Order: sequence, then C-alpha cells, then structure tokens
Amino acid sequence: MKLGFGYGVSHQLTRVKSPRYLLVLLSILFFSATAEAARISDLEETNVWEQMFRFFSMRDDVVRTALLGSVFLGVSCGLLGSFIVVRKLSLFGDTLSHAVLPGVAIGYLVAGQKDPFAIFFGATLAGILGTVMVNLIKKTTHIKEDSSLGMVLAGFYGVGIVLMNRIQKLPTGTQSGLDKFLFGQAAALSATEVWMIAGVAAASIVLVLLFYRQFLVGSFDIGFARSLGLPAGLFHYLLMMLLAFTVVVSLQAVGAVLVSAMLVIPAASAYLLTDRMHRMLIIASGFGIFSGVLGAFFSFLGNSLPTGPLMVLASSAVFTLSFFFSPKHGLVSRWRKRRSGQIRIENENTLKAIYQVRESYGFAGEGVKVKDLAIRMNETSDETLRRLQKLRAVGVCDLKEIEGKPFAFLNPEGWLRACAVVRNHRLWELYLTNQAEYEPDHVHDDAEIIEHVLGEETVRRLERLLDYPVEDPHGKLIPSLADLQRSLTQGGLDEKTTGYRMPNR
Amino acid sequence: MQEIPLETHDLTVAYDKRPVLYGVDVQVPEGKLVGIVGPNGAGKSTLIKAIMGIVPATGGWVKVFGDSFAKGAKRVGYVPQRESVDWDFPVNVMDVVLMGRYGKLGLMGRVRKSDREIAEACLDKVGMLPYAKRQISNLSGGQQQRVFLARALAQESDLYLMDEPFVGVDAATEAAIIELLRELKDRGKTILVVHHDLPTAQTYFDMLMLLNMRLVAFGPTKEVFTQELLQKTYGGRLTILSEVANTVLKESK
Ligand SMILES: Nc1ncnc2c1ncn2[C@@H]1O[C@H](COP(=O)(O)OP(=O)(O)OP(=O)(O)O)[C@@H](O)[C@H]1O
Ligand SMILES: [Mg+2]
Repeated sequence: MKLGFGYGVSHQLTRVKSPRYLLVLLSILFFSATAEAARISDLEETNVWEQMFRFFSMRDDVVRTALLGSVFLGVSCGLLGSFIVVRKLSLFGDTLSHAVLPGVAIGYLVAGQKDPFAIFFGATLAGILGTVMVNLIKKTTHIKEDSSLGMVLAGFYGVGIVLMNRIQKLPTGTQSGLDKFLFGQAAALSATEVWMIAGVAAASIVLVLLFYRQFLVGSFDIGFARSLGLPAGLFHYLLMMLLAFTVVVSLQAVGAVLVSAMLVIPAASAYLLTDRMHRMLIIASGFGIFSGVLGAFFSFLGNSLPTGPLMVLASSAVFTLSFFFSPKHGLVSRWRKRRSGQIRIENENTLKAIYQVRESYGFAGEGVKVKDLAIRMNETSDETLRRLQKLRAVGVCDLKEIEGKPFAFLNPEGWLRACAVVRNHRLWELYLTNQAEYEPDHVHDDAEIIEHVLGEETVRRLERLLDYPVEDPHGKLIPSLADLQRSLTQGGLDEKTTGYRMPNR
Repeated sequence: MQEIPLETHDLTVAYDKRPVLYGVDVQVPEGKLVGIVGPNGAGKSTLIKAIMGIVPATGGWVKVFGDSFAKGAKRVGYVPQRESVDWDFPVNVMDVVLMGRYGKLGLMGRVRKSDREIAEACLDKVGMLPYAKRQISNLSGGQQQRVFLARALAQESDLYLMDEPFVGVDAATEAAIIELLRELKDRGKTILVVHHDLPTAQTYFDMLMLLNMRLVAFGPTKEVFTQELLQKTYGGRLTILSEVANTVLKESK
C-alpha cells in the first residue's frame, strides 16, 4: 500500500516557487468558477491555498460528504474517547475496533455488495462477539484482562484479513472497496454512510448531554453510582453501545487499524489541557473534528491517500503541541515554572546578602556598597552588579553612584522581602536545632533551601512553636513577623518588644 | 414505631464461586454508631458492598428501612475505600461532593443552586471548603478522605455506610470526624463504620460487629469487646473456613 503521505504536500509547496506556476494560479483564480473537476486532486496545477479553498468551500460533492463525515466522526470519537481515556479502556477500544473486521467481510459476503447496513450489522455483531469472548476468557480462566484483550484483538483481526483476501480474489472483489476498511478513505464515504455517522454523533451528543451526571459518576466511582440506586450497569452498556457504533461507522473513513487512535489521541490531548470532565469532552470533540478534517484534506491533496493515517498524524500533532504547551502539565510551562522559581531564589539570595552586609555594619546608613556585597557573595563586582540589575528589573532595588562608587538601595518592599528571607532562614535553623535536635553546624545548608519555600502560615506556626524567638542558633537576631508588619503600618518601633530594630527607618 | 435501618438475613457473598461471607444475620437499631471490625480480607468491605448491591449476594436478603435496597437507596449514604477510585480523574472537589446529590435529582434533574449550597455546607463541615475548586489529584490522602465524607454528608441520608474513613487521616482530623459522626447519631442517623484500630474502636462505637468471613458477634460494645470474642475474630480458628472456601473454588473449576 502507498504511504507517501508527505509527498503530496511538499510537492505542492515547492511548486509555489515556480513562475510558470503563478501564471497558472492567476488564471485559475480568474476562472475558478468554471473550473470543474471530479475531485480537487485532479487540479494538479493549483496550489495548496487554492485547493484548500476548494476543499473547504465544499463545491465538490465528494468533498462535501468526506468533510461532513470527518466532522461528525471527530465529534463522536472525541466524546466517547474521553470516557475511554478516563476509564482506562483504551486497550478495550483497540480490541473492539479490530474485532469488527470479520463482521465487515461477512456483511459484504451476505449482502453480495458493499451495503452500508449489512456491513454495519455485521461489524456490530462481531464487536459484541469479541467483547463477550474477552469476558468469557476472563471469567473462566485466570488469564488477565490485558492478555485476553490482546488475543481477541489479534484473533479477530486475523480472521478479518483472511476473509478480506478471499473477497479480493472473487470476480467482483477488486471493486469491492473493502480494502478501504483497513486504513480508511473518507472520499469513499457514501451519503448513507455519512448519515449513519451523523446519526451516531447526534445520539452521542444527546445522550451525553442528557445523562452527563450518570456517565460522570459511573466513570469516576462505579460503586458509589450503584449505591445511589442509579442503574449504573445500564449506563455502562449504553456507553459501550455508543462506543461500538462509533467504531463501526468510523471504519470507512478511518479504517479498523487506526480507529482506536482517533478515540484515544484527541481525548488524551484534551486530558493534558484541562482537569474538568465537561471541558475535556468539548476540547476532545474539537480536536477530533480538527484531526478528522485535516486528515481528509491531506488525503485529497495527496491524491486519495488513505485517510486514517493522516487523521492520526494530525491528531498526533495536536497531542505533541498539548504535550509541550499545556498550561499545567506541559513541558514548556513546567520548564518556565522551574526557571522562574530559580530566578526568584537567586533574587532572594541577593536580598539576603544585602541584609547581611547591612547587618555587619550595624544597619548604619541606607545603602550597601556593591564592593562589600561582592566580597560577601564571593564574586566579582561585575557579577554582583548584574545580580543587582535583575533585582532592579523586578522593582525592589535602586543603583546609585556615591562619590564614584556604586551603591545599592532597597526600597521598602525589597527590604521587607530581604528581612523575610533572613527570618525564614534563621527560624528554620532554630527549629532544626531546638525541635528536631540537629547539631547547629548541620542546619545551614538545609535552611538555604527551605527559606525560599516556607509559606506565611508555616512561619507563623514556627514562631509560635519556638515561642517568638529573638536569636538564631548562631546568636544572630531574627526579624520577627510582627516587627515587619509594624514597620509597614507605623513609622517608629517599640524597641522593647524584641531585640530587633527595623534598620531602614 | 421505630424503623429498622438495616436488616440482613443469611447474607452470603462469593467472588467467582469463592465464598467470602457466610450467612450474615444482623439487625441494626436506629440511632447507633456501629463499628465493623475484623482482620484483612474478613469481608468487611464486601459486607458493605453487598448491602448496597454493589456486589451481588449469592444468598439471603437485605432490607433497608424495611424495604429492598433499591427502594431505600435514597436514604443511604456511602463512603467507599479511598483506593477504589482514580484520583487523577478530571474533576474538582466540588464536582465530587455534588455527586452526593445525584441520587436526589432523578434521571434528568439538573444540579440546582440549593444543591450547591448543601455541598458547600458539607465541605465546610469537614474543613475542606477552601479546597472546593482544587483538582482532586492535588489533595493529600487525608483530604481525599474528607472529600468522600463530605460527599456522603451531602447525600443527607438516614443510614451511612463508611469503609475505613479514618485511613490516612491525622489524629486531629480523626477526632473531628468522630465528633461529626456523633452529631449525626444524635440526630437519629445510623452509621456503620469499618474500622481497623481496636483500642479506639472500643471508645468510638456504641455497638460492634465482629466479622471474619462470618458474623462472629454483634452487640453493644461493652458486651462484645471481650478477649474471647476478639480472639475468635482475629485468632487462627477460622482458617479452616477459608481452607474450605479454597477447596470449593478448586472443585468448581
Ligand atoms: N473483586 C473481587 N474479586 C475477587 N475476590 C475479591 C474481590 N474483592 C475482594 N475479594 C476477596 O474477598 C475477601 C474479602 O475482601 P474484603 O475486601 O471484603 O475484605 P476487607 O475485610 O474489607 O479487608 P481489608 O481490611 O483489607 O479492607 C478477600 O479474601 C478478597 O481477596
Ligand atoms: Mg476493605
């Protein structure tokens, strides 16, 4: 079979560059109304945009059926696929879609031609038979479910392939079009088949809308659903019926081999993007439509390439994008979160160093000399300057030259932040030595990490636990939460409460 | 006349022909806090599930408020074992608690504002209101347990069946929950709790059900919590029963 799907696209794209091509394009743009062709791919000389326009304006009948079929198929695959994914039934979906194949062949043989209804019934029966066999193996032996699914999948598929080969050898076999049931061909969809796809999609939408709650609770917690007195089994079978119908009507467009991918991939992509079921259903349907239409489009573009693989490619592209750019679970956002965390920690370390430098001068004066800071942080003045510029960028620090020497000044917000980091650090050291009985010389490294992650509430609890301490294990003063707050609201400080003074005042 | 919230007669349950519960007869009186204790695999969860028809009984019957479970289901609340669900499921805390209202909504009913208010009140009772919008996978084990409890409270039932609601819960929360259960009891509700810790079982519950594949004893805690009966429940004597069960299983194949 031909799998050069990328070829059609690149072929067209390179052609765009040739001047002769532009001429043809222009003439076709002018005469597009009169341009008649059985399918778009017959218009060898048009460019991608022109073909796209032709495709989506649905001027050709074939295109219209294929496009509508793909849209409806995308919706039902997205809806049912979402339930498959959250119920961990992906392998079951795969088995079901392979198990229907012998039914397709038998339906054809019984009807003597490619009759959509005969094939529909044959496929549904085969699917049910496959499901029953899985359950039978599971019930009567100690073979686990995944193995029995695998066996039924391969067994039924094998029988299906053998039958199909026999049909191909029949006198009428070469025109049977049954080979399209393996990898799908949206262009081969008949109007009846599109109606069937639309019917299944409509049934899925209506039933999911009506019984969303029942499906939700049954998927999340089947025991609880039963305890509510809901007919949980009934809704389970309803869902499975919809799933079977979706698979069966999708065969012509997507093919038995890859239907399960169209069920799983759009839903799995949606699962990465949201954590509410109803949104997942909507997004998955959207992705399903997108992949279906894109697959159908490229299939036309590439001279009737099999649709199934192209649809799956499109949905895989969607998944890849979700994988990288999902706001919560995506690689990029996780990377950015980590990055911004690192920047914050770096800034807090600079703030802490400024505090310590001022502390070493008994909090005299307003700013700190960059030179002192560099010595404190064990780096060159240039490196320190770069650090300070980062602080300035977040708006907590000023840089000024005094008598030709650079000085750093924290604004109140920056100073509070610096005090808070120092407080966290020293409180944690004290907690480790007093409560967790660490040796005082062991606690520093741990506190270096913890100081950046302690929340306000934890700090409050620590203070209470340590009875509002004034000094850390090394004898340094701890800026207290109360002091920090007071410094925000009032000008002066009551120096009797703690030994700590708010130096910036 | 006082109703009998729960009555079972000769309740027998088997998984794949292997019996795990033999002929359980109980009559639970109204307004009691009842503990169900027994070793691992004793069939405690199975008993609870069989009462609600979650697993089919192979023999005997269950009556809830004098009727079949199907008729009484609206008056029964359930807290399953925490591990029974996938906590990565795409729902938030509020969604889960609202599920407690589903039984009252009928086939097509929509969740109304009053349902939301009830769910919120129940979340508040277990101290989880601030987490209402949280995705459930971001909860600690104890918080998940409290969400399940809130869901059961939202059912506004007269009989509660709770499967190990104290697992993974810290001492303070456990005390708060038991306080909550006592409050329910004082309002005439009947509560069955599967519990694993014997010392606290003695202080928490009015009545105890000692279970090990069969009902060893059922009665007021004072009478049942004896060395002899506990020995019978946890001791080795029942191994014969499970050996027989395994033989039955082998022969049936
Ligand atoms: N779905 C099942 N299929 C087959 N056997 C099961 C199933 N569930 C439980 N069992 C078996 O039934 C017996 C009773 O299990 P059950 O879960 O009721 O015990 P339990 O008293 O709740 O134990 P635990 O304290 O561990 O929760 C066990 O031997 C268990 O292996
Ligand atoms: Mg259990």
